[in-house]
Amino acid sequence: MQWPPPWRRSPLVSATPPPGPTTGLLRPRRVSEAGDSSTEGARTGHSHYVTPAESAMERRSQPFPSLRPASPTNAPAHGRGSDCTAKEPPLANVCRQNYGAAQDPVEPAGRRSASHVTGSSLGKAEVACGRRWRWAELVANSSWSPAGRATEMKVKMLSRNPDNYVRETKLDLQRVPRNYDPALHPFEVPREYVRALNATKLERVFAKPFLASLDGHRDGVNCLAKHPENLATVLSGACDGEVRIWNLTQRNCIRTIQAHEGFVRGICTRFCGTSFFTVGDDKTVKQWKMDGPGYGDEEEPLHTILGKTVYTGIDHHWKEAVFATCGQQVDIWDEQRTNPICSMTWGFDSISSVKFNPIETFLLGSCASDRNIVLYDMRQATPLKKVILDMRTNTICWNPMEAFIFTAANEDYNLYTFDMRALDTPVMVHMDHVSAVLDVDYSPTGKEFVSASFDKSIRIFPVDKSRSREVYHTKRMQHVICVKWTSDSKYIMCGSDEMNIRLWKANASEKLGVLTSREKAAKDYNQKLKEKFQHYPHIKRIARHRHLPKSIYSQIQEQRIMKEARRRKEVNRIKHSKPGSVPIVSEKKKHVVAVVK
Amino acid sequence: MNVNQVAENLALSHQEELVDLPKNYPLSENEDEGDSDGERKHQKLLEAISSLDGKNRRKLAERSEASLKVSEFSVSSEGSGEKLVLADLLEPIKTSSSLATVKKQLNRVKSKKVVELPLNKEKIEQIHREVAFSKTSQVLSKWDPIILKNQQAEQLVFPLGKEQPAIAPIEHALSGWKARTPLEQEIFNLLHKNKQPVTDPLLTPMEKASLQAMSLEEAKMHRAELQRARALQSYYEAKARKEKKIKSKKYHRVVKKGKAKKALKEFEQLRKVNPAAALEELEKIEKARMMERMSLKHQNSGKWAKSKAIMAKYDLEARQAMQEQLAKNKELTQKLQVASESEEEEGGTEVEELLVPHVVNEVQMNVDGPNPWMFRSCTSDTKEAATQEDPEQLPELAAHEVSASGAEERPVAEEEILLREFEERQSLRKRSELNQDAEPASSQETKDSSSQEVLSELRALSQKLKEKHQSRKQKASSEGTVPQVQREEPAPEEAEPLLLQRSERVQTLEELEELGKEDCFQNKELPRPLLEGQQSERTPNNRPDAPKEKKEKEQLINLQNFLTTQSPSVRSLAVPTIIEELEDEEERDQRQMIKEAFAGDDVIRDFLKEKREAVEASKPKDVDLTLPGWGEWGGVGLKPSAKKRRQFLIKAPEGPPRKDKNLPNVIISEKRNIHAAAHQVQVLPYPFTHHRQFERTIQTPIGSTWNTQRAFQKLTTPKVVTKPGHIIKPIKAEDVGYQSSSRSDLPVIQRNPKRITTRHNKEEKL
Repeated sequence: MQWPPPWRRSPLVSATPPPGPTTGLLRPRRVSEAGDSSTEGARTGHSHYVTPAESAMERRSQPFPSLRPASPTNAPAHGRGSDCTAKEPPLANVCRQNYGAAQDPVEPAGRRSASHVTGSSLGKAEVACGRRWRWAELVANSSWSPAGRATEMKVKMLSRNPDNYVRETKLDLQRVPRNYDPALHPFEVPREYVRALNATKLERVFAKPFLASLDGHRDGVNCLAKHPENLATVLSGACDGEVRIWNLTQRNCIRTIQAHEGFVRGICTRFCGTSFFTVGDDKTVKQWKMDGPGYGDEEEPLHTILGKTVYTGIDHHWKEAVFATCGQQVDIWDEQRTNPICSMTWGFDSISSVKFNPIETFLLGSCASDRNIVLYDMRQATPLKKVILDMRTNTICWNPMEAFIFTAANEDYNLYTFDMRALDTPVMVHMDHVSAVLDVDYSPTGKEFVSASFDKSIRIFPVDKSRSREVYHTKRMQHVICVKWTSDSKYIMCGSDEMNIRLWKANASEKLGVLTSREKAAKDYNQKLKEKFQHYPHIKRIARHRHLPKSIYSQIQEQRIMKEARRRKEVNRIKHSKPGSVPIVSEKKKHVVAVVK
Repeated sequence: MNVNQVAENLALSHQEELVDLPKNYPLSENEDEGDSDGERKHQKLLEAISSLDGKNRRKLAERSEASLKVSEFSVSSEGSGEKLVLADLLEPIKTSSSLATVKKQLNRVKSKKVVELPLNKEKIEQIHREVAFSKTSQVLSKWDPIILKNQQAEQLVFPLGKEQPAIAPIEHALSGWKARTPLEQEIFNLLHKNKQPVTDPLLTPMEKASLQAMSLEEAKMHRAELQRARALQSYYEAKARKEKKIKSKKYHRVVKKGKAKKALKEFEQLRKVNPAAALEELEKIEKARMMERMSLKHQNSGKWAKSKAIMAKYDLEARQAMQEQLAKNKELTQKLQVASESEEEEGGTEVEELLVPHVVNEVQMNVDGPNPWMFRSCTSDTKEAATQEDPEQLPELAAHEVSASGAEERPVAEEEILLREFEERQSLRKRSELNQDAEPASSQETKDSSSQEVLSELRALSQKLKEKHQSRKQKASSEGTVPQVQREEPAPEEAEPLLLQRSERVQTLEELEELGKEDCFQNKELPRPLLEGQQSERTPNNRPDAPKEKKEKEQLINLQNFLTTQSPSVRSLAVPTIIEELEDEEERDQRQMIKEAFAGDDVIRDFLKEKREAVEASKPKDVDLTLPGWGEWGGVGLKPSAKKRRQFLIKAPEGPPRKDKNLPNVIISEKRNIHAAAHQVQVLPYPFTHHRQFERTIQTPIGSTWNTQRAFQKLTTPKVVTKPGHIIKPIKAEDVGYQSSSRSDLPVIQRNPKRITTRHNKEEKL
């Protein structure tokens, strides 16, 4: 081993091939050729190191054997020629050797390996090369003699086998020899930090979540439903009783039905995707075919059930031909019958929404306007438990991957994630909205959920975090009434007051479409870097930064002040009263009024 | 109709159906099957007639017979309101012995309780709900492990598909595979030639044969045996190796000695059992002795011994080593002697040693060694020893005291009483049961009657004790001069102030003086200077003690750096501590404890030193650019001239004043770089419990620049992978290996199941 390693030596010494007039234009490092002149002998005392750039040049030069000088007098001319070749921009494959590592500002180029030398220090090497070559020529001219030829010098050289670094075909992966010894990489952490910083910045740069707006409704969109089998199909019900079916890929409406008079209160698809149900203000439950009527046929529901009271919500069972409606009570319906199989009630208030558990399908959850959430067991036709919160819950959504977890969207700007076995304390309180939360839907992966709020924004919360990771809003989006996360977990739809359905990316900066493997690797790496350095103040600040409309922003400030005041008051009260007389209630428990058995 | 009959009827009815009595309303109907007599039939008839007109009840109530309460219907609509008690009914049957079975049944009925009122509807619903809830939550709990698994999974790929089929065994793959390339063929040829198995039972024929040769159990046993043997062997080897490696000479000496002892024992045994063999052994030993005598092995004539001999003049160890060798030689060359003689000698010495009390020896050792803790324990030891001596005499003494009416002065007894007093304070718990009978009276007595003499006596005693120590010391070391002892002996009173002086603290001294005022002793008026004078006068006399006393004086002076110095009681003898303990034992104990805990700690000085170091370290350093040998002669032992050095020394600029310059008890680190701080994590992030953990996660690079391709891929696997365009369905019980509930989710209380079947048919049409 030599020290300093070749790439650390100055290019003047190492990167210059010692040319001799008799040697080939670009093959100066063969021993027999190199030992031609005495001056060269003196110089070749240094071991010579071949950089890939040189080897590349060498390879290129081979088709021109005729350039070999015929006589010493030709040498200067060829020297110039060699100058030209040296000054040529580096070859494509030479440059590409560096692709493995992202080029970042701090990376000291050419420090690591021979392959790196080519990247940025090549320019310097070229210049030096040029000077050297000329100088070498001059010397050679003066001392050119047969006597010089006769002298034999022992030359020490490093020789490299091209097999080790030249790939057989261009389809092979580039060999990038590296020494992974940590002692040689003292700046790992700073470099990764910078990369993480860049990744975070780029994420913010590319965060363009809004994809499309589907317009066509003539009143506020009141409810949304996903097609269970088809990703591209979405159903929506509006406040004027109109139901529309949309194609997301084409971003247009494919069918319009005037389903009810007054609001369409609820819409749900059958588990097989052949039909869907709607409930409206006209006290009817209607079942519709998913496919449109034939040419000339009238648009008619498959079944219509006329009830005694208004139904405010509907949900279909995940496996069987049963659906549930809510209104005065929770009714379980058989699809084929006009009377409910059973009705379950607990208390006397209107129930705003009912949802089937997607995993343990006999479970139902509902929320009523008397601030409670009630769970039912369909098999035993009995309510199970009731939890009363501070304010009314608008809707709930079950986690599709965790059977006993559900999240409730509450009027008090918060969302509460409950474990249904222990209702007295929510698992997590999600707070970021500044107005009533109207709807919530889980990502099909069960890791996140999206919530729609009256504050004209939707937010994405990780299940295990109390703060949102993302907030979406546009200038024109009004109170968001309903929201759905598509079944491939990539998109989010929201329907709002101003008659539009909007399509968002679930991951704001994600690149859509097919990724190459390298893109994928880079994406994963960046993601990991962001995770790794997420606690660093700069990165954290950039990652958390969001632009918010003034209304929301000022509301947040206000909320913060109010919260702080409340907290201070509580602290003061504790401080100035007898120890233990003022109980310290955790944030989680604060919002649960009671659990009724 | 008399009472007996009714009872009989009742009993009969019970015989027929064993239902609880209160519910058994239609008694009369059952009676038809029973035996019938005229009266009964008549009764029945009456009944039938009365029931015809429908005013049955009223009629019953109207009946004015005495047997109203025990009517067959056993209910009276308007009776006195009394409850019918079974005992009432049983009373009449008691006499008849033939109805034993009936009685038994009735008793059984008696034990049954009255059915309680049904709960109200809400309550019932609540119970239903609770039961349903507990059932449901039980059902849900089966998901716990799956959810936990998913949460902890390194990677989750959605949609959650079924698990990949297991990799087929190689044989299956091989069955459809043929060697095609020449290399493959060659390999197969080789394999076949060597009869290597290609497919399933991966055994060569030889292996098979060997397997068949031995039965399984046999082979197992054999193997186990071999294993055991091997294990034992390796164990012994390891032990031997370890022993061999031990460098301690002492250990080897001990081992050798042990071996010799063992040999001797064996020899003894042999002598008893087999004299001839013993004789042979003896010869062997004799021979060894002769060999030793012939050799010059242990006669200080070797190279080593000679070198030691030179050193021996100055080096005590060397001398010792030589002596040891000589002793060994002597031992080896000595003829075997009768064991008893030597034993006797040893016994004699032991007795001598025993004559010297144990306590004294220990104290002496303490005097030598400066370790206060040892000393502490030792003083307590002495006390304990003293007390242990005492208790034997105690009871009788106490008795003496009681009989001798207290006022009597008996010096010896007094001493002992005093001793006992402080010992009692010291370790009351220990000997409370021992002293219980004798102590209270005697101690009180002493306190009352001779409280004044106590101190004086104590002083005398301590003096004596001290003398004893010294004399022992002198005896033991045999260095002390006789006149010194003589001078000391006649003047115990003189020594007293000295003893007082010796107490470690001024406070105690003053207190003693205060106490001394009450004393009738003459030296209470002795002023302190005089005491000191006495001391100074004494010091030349007491040669070995002098420096110690000086030290003590210093300690008295140095009391203010209490923390830094070692505890001043290093050398004080038992007596002063005793006095002190009499005064304020608890306080002392406390202090002692603190002292022990912080022994050798000087926090302030340490801090100052630390701060000085920190300041030094933070000062900018001068840069010396002198090149030795440049412009003048250089070489080993030559230094560049002062002028040169001055010329090439770049003085570091004086830095800004330190922030803690005027804060003597604060170190403010000025290392913190504000610019870097902006990029540093200020608070330990949540899941981490120690900053090391966090730093470690940061320091592990994940990029491909520092990791191999495989590691890079592994490090950057995303936690959740979703495939675009794939619908992710909710998790299903079947997916994770649970059985989904076979029952339909439909409510239990479906009204007509027929409809459902039709529904299912229709559903298919849909």
